[in-house]
Amino acid sequence: MLKSTAAALVLAAILPATALAECVEVTQGNVTVSAAWSRATIGTDRPAVFYVTIRNNGSEERLMGIETPVADMPMLHESVVENGAARMSHVDQIVIAPIDAVSLEPGGYHGMLMDLQTELVEGTTFPVTLLFEKSGPVTIDTAVLPLRAREAACEEAL
Amino acid sequence: MLKNIRIALWVAVAVALVGVGALLWHADRQEQAAAFKPEFSLPDEAGTIHTAEDFRVFFGFTNCPDICPTTMAEVAQVMDDLGPEAAEVQPVFISVDPVRDRESGLGEYLEAFHPSILGLAGDESATQAAVGSFKVFGERHEDASAPGGYTMSHSSSLYLLGPRGDWLRQFEYGTPADDITADLKERL
Repeated sequence: MLKSTAAALVLAAILPATALAECVEVTQGNVTVSAAWSRATIGTDRPAVFYVTIRNNGSEERLMGIETPVADMPMLHESVVENGAARMSHVDQIVIAPIDAVSLEPGGYHGMLMDLQTELVEGTTFPVTLLFEKSGPVTIDTAVLPLRAREAACEEAL
Repeated sequence: MLKNIRIALWVAVAVALVGVGALLWHADRQEQAAAFKPEFSLPDEAGTIHTAEDFRVFFGFTNCPDICPTTMAEVAQVMDDLGPEAAEVQPVFISVDPVRDRESGLGEYLEAFHPSILGLAGDESATQAAVGSFKVFGERHEDASAPGGYTMSHSSSLYLLGPRGDWLRQFEYGTPADDITADLKERL
């Protein structure tokens, strides 16, 4: 008994090192949000970013905005690269077609967390609430990854 | 940890090796005698002036949460993947928002991506001259919803320059780090 417990503990310690953990997933109404991540910041002078995957299992849904205790001015933005030049524009809402998924990911839609209230420290999490038109507010823990991160550090169950 | 030390060492010898790179590339240079040659003369955080005799250049500003960190992360990956040959490559980040970037610490920000990345932030006229010389785009837009009331649109490509500052090519935003590494390895 003791032996198997010890073996299980060892396994539990090894597993995270050998495989990516499955992404945290929150389902409410017709939407499932997962793979929420951000990048560590240096201080609070610069805006932080928020990335997430949204799956819509029902009729057309809209993401109307985001809220988080770590930033006083969180907004939805879109990076557009045209003729080799990048610009960011504010978007009022993000439409997720029926039975479809939209990712807020590098180079596209993203949450821009302005007026940062606290430094985002690698390895910690912070809550972000996504405000959906039909499914209501959905809160997900957002993983703070290294500044160098290029994608979520978990495996999507999609 | 070991990696950090190794990278720091490469950076330390990078200056010495630029000369070697120039020799290696001499043949290429002949063919490109009439090539386009962008120019800039901009200070780093310590006030040292740098010119276009470095290898690759990215224009951006650090109040940019999406495109800039993503591109710098690619550059950091390239520098790691180049191995010892990274010593012959000097990544340079030119700020198109120099006043704000100097205030918030450009060097510290770039070092968090990779210690080899050199940040340059000049005055307005030097910055405009650099941007114009690269025929790229860096423009201020008033935007009440942005931090400080404005944002910048800027070129999002990486520019590869030869050892004498000759234009070699650009990598569009989104070019995978592996492709950039492969291209550089071929040239080095």
